[in-house]
Amino acid sequence: MDLSQLLYDLFFDYTLRTVALGAAILGIVSGMLGSFAVLRKQSLLGDAISHAALPGIVLSFLVTRSREPIVLMVGALIAGWVATLFMLSILRTTRIKDDTALGLVLSIFFGLGLMLLTFTQRLPDATQAGLDKFLFGQAATLLQRDVITMAVTGLLALGLLVTFWKEFKLITFDPEYAASLGVPVRVLDVLLTTLLVVAIVIGLQTVGVVLMSAMIVAPAAAARQWTDKLNLMVLLGGLFGALAGVCGTLISSAAERLPTGPVIVLCISVIVLVSMLFATNRGLLWNWLRAQQNRRTLRARAVLADLNTLAMQHPDQAHGHSTAVLRAMSTNPEGVTHALRQLQDRGHAREVSHNVWALTEDGLMQAKENTRQEAG
Amino acid sequence: MSQAQFEIQLIASIVAVACALLGVFLVLRRMAMMSDAISHTVLLGIVIAFFMTKSITSPLLLIGAALMGVITVSLVELINRTRLVREDAAIGLVFPAIFSIAVIMISRFAGDVHLDTDAVLLGELVFAPFNRLHLFGLEIPEALLTTSSILLINIIFIVLFYKELKLATFDAALAAALGFLPGVIHYALMALVSLTAVGAFDAVGSVLVVAFMIAPPAAAYLLTERLSRMLVYSALIGVISAVSGYWLAHALDASIAGSMATMTGVSFLAAYLFAPARGLLAQARRRRAQRIEFALTMLTMHIAHHTATQEAEQENQVTRLDEHLKWSPQFAMEVVGRAEREGFIRQENGLLTLTENGLKRSQQEFST
Repeated sequence: MDLSQLLYDLFFDYTLRTVALGAAILGIVSGMLGSFAVLRKQSLLGDAISHAALPGIVLSFLVTRSREPIVLMVGALIAGWVATLFMLSILRTTRIKDDTALGLVLSIFFGLGLMLLTFTQRLPDATQAGLDKFLFGQAATLLQRDVITMAVTGLLALGLLVTFWKEFKLITFDPEYAASLGVPVRVLDVLLTTLLVVAIVIGLQTVGVVLMSAMIVAPAAAARQWTDKLNLMVLLGGLFGALAGVCGTLISSAAERLPTGPVIVLCISVIVLVSMLFATNRGLLWNWLRAQQNRRTLRARAVLADLNTLAMQHPDQAHGHSTAVLRAMSTNPEGVTHALRQLQDRGHAREVSHNVWALTEDGLMQAKENTRQEAG
Repeated sequence: MSQAQFEIQLIASIVAVACALLGVFLVLRRMAMMSDAISHTVLLGIVIAFFMTKSITSPLLLIGAALMGVITVSLVELINRTRLVREDAAIGLVFPAIFSIAVIMISRFAGDVHLDTDAVLLGELVFAPFNRLHLFGLEIPEALLTTSSILLINIIFIVLFYKELKLATFDAALAAALGFLPGVIHYALMALVSLTAVGAFDAVGSVLVVAFMIAPPAAAYLLTERLSRMLVYSALIGVISAVSGYWLAHALDASIAGSMATMTGVSFLAAYLFAPARGLLAQARRRRAQRIEFALTMLTMHIAHHTATQEAEQENQVTRLDEHLKWSPQFAMEVVGRAEREGFIRQENGLLTLTENGLKRSQQEFST
């Protein structure tokens, strides 16, 4: 299948359009809310909550006998919420650390859900509720009304995020200060976590439990590399999430037997990798270039200082000095020629004759300036 | 109880102990979530080894899985070292990516073989007794052999390196200074976690592995202050959860793995509520005792302060205490009753006076 055909399908093929739209909404919501989770050091909370949703889904099915996504979502929401509160209470009242509390909630709730699910499946009138679907998601089964449900819930969550933007920002970066201003930190904490639960529940149907945690962490981690501003980070997180959702859907539709959820996760992982390598300012490549640049500047500065020392000891300041001498003085003899060329480009040094160098007027001034700075 | 039932419980208990012992160190080293990550990523190791050997029973699968666990840990640490993301985020980035690759490989290339993701995640303990092999003239389930070998390896590792593990866990800097190579211990531990995870997989599935690695040690952590006891308690709690979980599954006709994980949760909950010193009930009782103790001191001081003054009639009247000390009437009655029983005060016509002991108590707060 060629690219233009794929793009054509994206807009005109019902299934593909629905799935891509669903994945995009999921990416936007989880990317934006995930930014807060990552900044609040709750990256793995998403993992725990998405596992914890299972017993909620099964119980709401047991109670209502309905398989409407919205009903199951409410169950998942309640279970995710109970799990979060249970975890917070363990953390507050015992010496158990956060990683253990997360793992506890994750495995116990999931085990409970599994037990309830297998129990339900053996009841006489129960149809297969579909554990597979919950574990890995089934993006292909998304219907237009599912997408509308996702969009409405997502918009509500994002609306709340915007409404309490200032407060959320404050409790994310400086909860003590927020408390001292009289901001109800605990309430907002619970609200923000609830929004995260909403984002996760939205995604469960598309990418499934196991991979939902990636949709919370990865877009935010990628966005973090490009900016230090919260609003930009949240927007970028949403953008990356949506991009991964759409790309993943397209790629998985282009080949046989490529499950959508895992492909979406691989897409967002590639975005993270690219961001970590190439992001301006923080990226690894950028850092390496900056380190190189710094090293070169320092090297040129050292050679300039050496030339100055030599000039001081000579009555004629324009007298040339051999590179061999400069090499002997330098801690990095190989770099001397390079550094001299650099100084020449800046007009601080000139080559009097072959391999013999002297400072220019500018170079002398610069050397004095450097000495003064270093002394002072 | 049939032989098959007994064997299932035996295998589950062995897995429980193997996981619970390693879990103690994961919980203490604050790496509990690493077990979750590893239990997912070993799938890729299994898949790759499977494609290389074309056999689902090859021991290479175990080795591949253990290697993948170590690779996971190194990748997390590599990302950590760039300081671009925090450690928890690094875990959250690495394991879904690796797991996704495994799931894609399975669904693309291994559609028809017995390597489906459900079995790996959820395990099928019910079938464990059917897969048998002969060893020294005995016919035993294969899972019994693999799980008990893994348990044996774990026990040997912990016994041999107990001192090193202990030091590396509680004071990594000192361990490094003394030349104990905490890094080596760390990776050895992670390799064992991977090996245990994959060995247990077959029998109980990856979710249960996580439950057994975290819940029993967490419960034991609330029960004791000593590492050696924590190991023993953790193993015991694991076995209790495994056996009770089996019978719960039997009663409900539900998934054994799920029921056992649920029972580890129940065990933890029991410890969380009833642990002698750290449980919620003990905490509440302690708070209440402190409140009463403080109130007793307050009462004796109040009476001492007003004894032999003009307003004593008013202030030391038992019915007026709630007003003067800002206590609820019931609480005031309770404290007065307690003070009388312990011989701090006497009551005559509703007027309270201090005994010798009570006077001492009222003064003792100021003597320090």
